[in-house]
Amino acid sequence: MTTTTRNVVSLGALIALATMFTAACSTDGPAPTENAGPAAGSVTITNGWAKAAEDGMSAVFGELTNSTSSDVIISSATTDAADMIELHETVENESGDMVMREIEGGFVIPASDTLALEPGADHIMLMGLTQPITAGEEVSITLTFSDDSTLEFSAPVKDYAGANESYADIDHDMDHSDHEDTDSGEK
Amino acid sequence: MPRTGKDSRLSRPSRRQFLVGGAIAGVGAAAAVGIDFALKSGAPATDAPAAATLSGAGVVPFYGEHQAGIATDAQAHATLIALDLRDDVDREALRRMMLVLTDDAARLSQGEKALADSEPELAVVPARLTVTFGFGPRFVSRARGEAPSWLRPLPEFGIDDLDPAFVGGDLLIQIAADDLVTVAHAARMLLKDARSFTTVRWTQRGFRRSRGSVAQGTTMRNLFGQVDGTANPVPGTSDFDRLVWCAQGWLAGGTSAVIRRIDMDLDEWDRLDRIGREQSVGRYLSNGAPLTSSPHGPDAEFDEPDFEATTRAGFPVIAEFSHMARARSSDSSERIFRRAYNYDDQPDGDRVSNSGLLFISFQADIDAQFVPLQSRLDQLDLLNEWTTPVGSAVFAIPPGCREDGFIGDTLLT
Repeated sequence: MTTTTRNVVSLGALIALATMFTAACSTDGPAPTENAGPAAGSVTITNGWAKAAEDGMSAVFGELTNSTSSDVIISSATTDAADMIELHETVENESGDMVMREIEGGFVIPASDTLALEPGADHIMLMGLTQPITAGEEVSITLTFSDDSTLEFSAPVKDYAGANESYADIDHDMDHSDHEDTDSGEK
Repeated sequence: MPRTGKDSRLSRPSRRQFLVGGAIAGVGAAAAVGIDFALKSGAPATDAPAAATLSGAGVVPFYGEHQAGIATDAQAHATLIALDLRDDVDREALRRMMLVLTDDAARLSQGEKALADSEPELAVVPARLTVTFGFGPRFVSRARGEAPSWLRPLPEFGIDDLDPAFVGGDLLIQIAADDLVTVAHAARMLLKDARSFTTVRWTQRGFRRSRGSVAQGTTMRNLFGQVDGTANPVPGTSDFDRLVWCAQGWLAGGTSAVIRRIDMDLDEWDRLDRIGREQSVGRYLSNGAPLTSSPHGPDAEFDEPDFEATTRAGFPVIAEFSHMARARSSDSSERIFRRAYNYDDQPDGDRVSNSGLLFISFQADIDAQFVPLQSRLDQLDLLNEWTTPVGSAVFAIPPGCREDGFIGDTLLT
């Protein structure tokens, strides 16, 4: 019942202790445990998917579940599928429009809770796709937590008409209204 | 710079990535959904048994040797959609499309939202949803697969008056459930995901009695009022297995589907009295029993007809030109499994009804089983006076798949 994930402790000093284990698989979610290990080991991602796009921008969604009794913070993400990747939130701007922007301090997954990444809310933003991502393929994403542990997962690509929010604090060469068919200029 | 060629970071989703819907199945899932309903409605735990009896909680397992929606006791509603492949869809694209569609079907059939489901609240009532995929000749050709000899348009029958709007198709999706909202949501989800690969060729919607209106297993009635399908082979028997499932190649565990849209002229049928109606088929309208048996009691429906019996005037009780007499073959292998639905659509012109039968049959070999039968009916069948085939399509139905596979994987991998 879960996306296949890989957890790797990537700090150089901890390489000797690096562990690979498959994320827990449960609909009910594992019982809270003490946060003894790396943050990546306490988080599972389910129902992950990415929006198909010819070029320019895309986004990745899914449900991140924290099985521990402490909050966990995702501070960044990486992918080979795009030149740039950011963790975005959706907020209301001065004129009352909902816009998305990079979230300060990363995604917080509360203790024993699930953070939903979904269109119109928090999501992982891909900018400057290196090639088209097409329905039925997968995009590989690596999340980095505040303790530098990492979680890699593959998000299957689906056609999706939504997730067309406008942007705040544009510092890239992007079209504001219709980014789906717009070259981001990142290539 | 844009890069060319296939890249490893866009890896093939070969594993459970797309295929995670089936972890629960069968009775356990039905119970789980029932409990879920109770929790969501805020009802106390003591009300759980009542929630568990909701027919919307019923779940049909998705994964298995055969696709669901064939041997499955027919649901109340079915929508059949035939899609045409876009010109640029090759074998690789077919594989990607079937990965996505399989994942949708697996999740939705278990009462779970699909990935990227924009109406997830519509997904929580599975109502025995099944999604069954079939491949037309062009699909198999694009997949560079070996097509069975019967995968081609049926021979032209004299009684046919085919409307191109209901003929052919590259990919069949049969969506069936006991709840029409569930069917509509599944259709919408699947069509959204098929859209970049296909266009819609035709859509046909059918219905039977609602779930719970009559006992499960009751033979359906068509809109002529006839009991329709009494002689069907019974799922779960060796007779059924032999008649329905293919044994060889990528179709092992699969079957074939014949989809025929049969217009039923209710206005002309109205002119026929009850005795004439019964003689046209050779069965009583009351209980579906052969005219050589009893019109009373439910059990007589399954009595064997006596084609030798004659009236006092010396005529056969079951006329030689009746549908039942003509449909029957002395060769017991020339039989099919019927899983039909009624339709009742908007009439045109002066007609007040546009009704008929969405004839769906499954058989291991169309040429060996369906064609001889239909050829006999084409030559002579009293029912032909009131029925006209207006649509026709043939599909290869691939086998079911495992949780780490997808529908069509025996053809596409």
